Amino acid sequence: MAITVLKNLVKGPDTIRYPSQPAKVTEATRGHLVNRIEDCTFCSLCQMHCPADAIKVSRPDRTWTLNQFQCVICGCCVSYCPKDCLLIEQTYLPPTTEEITVTLKGPDEEKPEEQGSGGTRG
Amino acid sequence: MSRQIIVPFGPQHPVLPEPIHLDLVLEDERVVEAIPSIGYIHRGLEKLVEKRDFRDYVFISERICGICSFIHGATYCQGVEKIMGVEIPRRAEFLRAIWSEHSRMHSHLLWLGCFADSMGYENLFMNCWKVREKILDVMERTTGGRIIQGVNRVGGVSKDIDAEELKRIASGIPELRADFTELTRIFDEDLTVQTRTKGIGMLPRDKAWDLGAVGPVLRGSGHAVDTRCTGYGAYDELDFKPVVRNESDCYARCMVRAEELFTSLDLVEKAIDRIPAGDILTKVRGNPTGEFHARAEQPRGEVIHYVKANGKKNLVRHRVRTPTLANVPPLVHMLAGCELADVPVIVLTIDPCIGCMER
Amino acid sequence: MIEQEQTIEMISVEDLINKVHSFHDEGFRLVHICCSREGDGFELTYSFDKDLVMSHLRIPADQNTPVPSISRIYLASFVYENEIADLYGIPFAGIAVDYKGTFIRTSVPHPFGTPQIEVVKRRPDETGGKA
Repeated sequence: MAITVLKNLVKGPDTIRYPSQPAKVTEATRGHLVNRIEDCTFCSLCQMHCPADAIKVSRPDRTWTLNQFQCVICGCCVSYCPKDCLLIEQTYLPPTTEEITVTLKGPDEEKPEEQGSGGTRG
Repeated sequence: MSRQIIVPFGPQHPVLPEPIHLDLVLEDERVVEAIPSIGYIHRGLEKLVEKRDFRDYVFISERICGICSFIHGATYCQGVEKIMGVEIPRRAEFLRAIWSEHSRMHSHLLWLGCFADSMGYENLFMNCWKVREKILDVMERTTGGRIIQGVNRVGGVSKDIDAEELKRIASGIPELRADFTELTRIFDEDLTVQTRTKGIGMLPRDKAWDLGAVGPVLRGSGHAVDTRCTGYGAYDELDFKPVVRNESDCYARCMVRAEELFTSLDLVEKAIDRIPAGDILTKVRGNPTGEFHARAEQPRGEVIHYVKANGKKNLVRHRVRTPTLANVPPLVHMLAGCELADVPVIVLTIDPCIGCMER
Repeated sequence: MIEQEQTIEMISVEDLINKVHSFHDEGFRLVHICCSREGDGFELTYSFDKDLVMSHLRIPADQNTPVPSISRIYLASFVYENEIADLYGIPFAGIAVDYKGTFIRTSVPHPFGTPQIEVVKRRPDETGGKA
């Protein structure tokens, strides 16, 4: 054990000082969920199949709401989305002190050229 | 004349990874009996199965436990696939075996670190977890999650490992083997480890069978019982022998887990060698009907997932009998007659995963 | 692969102790005791294992008739019997270590024994009961 200890003293720390240094990520890492709202048809399949009940879709209002604290980033909604507009990004979200709900508003059905996507934090 | 006092152990204790409560009846520093009390993290997951589609429930069954998560998901899928009569592709079975063995190695290294910490040997604890990072890197590169993988599906797996990645895993094996050899040597020869574990927590051979012990607790007392020998999944083509020790004390159980690291490395090597080409997921239609007890070998012992369905998309009953629940009676037996200072070592020697135990 | 012939035998409550004795004498190990809903009542399944082959016994049960405990034969069964008594409300007679309802403490008594529980989400600063 003494040899291991001496080697560790010489080599330096093995840990990363997260969050001042970025976390180690790979291509497949599951960080947080995003939605490309322009392609979304509000079919609500993601709401029906979410194991954590984190997504709420409103077809008449054309909104898609995600409770980021409830989401466990399992990837179930991504596999069910028929338009492939749900994606999982690689970076982790920073820690916060209050619950974050992301609401995205999609384009209206009758006028497709009006882009009405915005993000609100509530 | 000695007085009896009752000392509560847990649920918050520096040595316990998860909360369990034991009331220790002491007579002058010697434990006379121990009464366990559980229920601190009961989440009622078995009731949730009546509200979720059986395909979505895979994600919940993986989150029963954080350490042994992959094998929970794989065993649930095995049970549902059996009652639906679905044959999953051979390549998916080999991929599940590779990930299961990585999961077993990371869990044993986690345990070796916590065990060293319970004896006060923090330096060894940090070194064990440093080696564990290499295995978690493999898991993250191939599945996307270090602890919760999320690749099991009913009908196979959802992500593939391509040939280049398999070669990369195989080339990292000799370095892991050298690290494991060094760690096993320290646990075998170090004087601190030996005085704290030899002769402590004796569980004789017939008592271990009678009280229903499973996993390394049973194999450390001389019984060669390992659920992987039934040959589920890809294990019928990967031959191996269970690791058995006869001393029946804490030292024997520690060495069983340390030697199982090498068995897992050999299994990963053989699986990478023999993995066939092909699909990884078959389409599953319809709803399940019937019942089945699916068994698998988790790092802590034998886990049973009992699934019962009646044709709807929610299952009627999903019962998980985890190995820690089966190892509680042997723990109560081992604690009777030991010294107070040995209680943390004995509680850790059954590898308590209370999150699994109480679902 | 050892093809798992999982034989489930339906027996009556009176034969339970004799059958469990014969399993014990042949050297079987108790695996677990499972309770599930069957129609309006419940049924208990006892699983035993030897040489990696499992066999099961099944008895009908309900919340009014006490089931004889097998903890005189297999001491390890006290864990499963206490858990079933706490979660389902099925009484057992003569458990060796009887917790009398405090093994798993839940805010709703016998949560799995009732068909539907209503969950009311409340914020931490509110007080009040949960249905």
